[in-house]
Amino acid sequence: MANQTKKFLYINRRAPYGTVYALEGLETVLIGAAFEQDVSMAFMDDGVFQLKDHQDSGETGMKNFSPTYRALGDYEVTKLYVERESLEARGLRPEDLMALTYEDEDDDYKEKPSIHIVSSAELADILEIQDVIFNF
Amino acid sequence: MLHTVNKSPYEKNSVDTCLRMAKPGSDVLLIEDAVYAAIAGSKLEDEMRKAGAQLKLYALGPDLKTRGIAEDSLIDGIQVVGYDGFVELAAKNECVQSWL
Repeated sequence: MANQTKKFLYINRRAPYGTVYALEGLETVLIGAAFEQDVSMAFMDDGVFQLKDHQDSGETGMKNFSPTYRALGDYEVTKLYVERESLEARGLRPEDLMALTYEDEDDDYKEKPSIHIVSSAELADILEIQDVIFNF
Repeated sequence: MLHTVNKSPYEKNSVDTCLRMAKPGSDVLLIEDAVYAAIAGSKLEDEMRKAGAQLKLYALGPDLKTRGIAEDSLIDGIQVVGYDGFVELAAKNECVQSWL
């Protein structure tokens, strides 16, 4: 089989702590990053809560895995699409999310934002161009 | 009666059902993913405010903190309690109903 790069999209629709979907999804993305595909992530519905800043799980004793999203850029996962309508319905603004960035090696390692706030219609277009879609 | 809810209001109807079934004057404590119902500026805010006029609404502080939700971003009238407050609410009410 040829070394053909495919477009992979990981869709995240669950809140981070009530179920294990968000953590499992994130781990799958990091494992998948080793295969050097063209990876994007989409955050919609309760999935937008995964990117909320200032998560501090000390008092509940749960694992706070939100810092791991900051590592995505180092694995060349640099396209995180967040649906604006899902944010707004939940009382969140774009500035309530973690400021995730990556260093663009094609542009003198400039630090650039990984998170892109998109409309439902734009996200629908992003879905259409994928080769493989995973759901968490 | 103390009602507790632990599911996200955007994924299940547990919060809705709880608010529909809780008698005026009851205590309603939002825990785990149900604390997302407490965020101001959401599409649920009106419903929560209306419920808050009849019920005593609480949200569990450690679950808010875990999810990164600041106390000053909550809908007015929702009181934040810790685990000690949870115990007090459970002890003072005859019965606890958990909406799962």
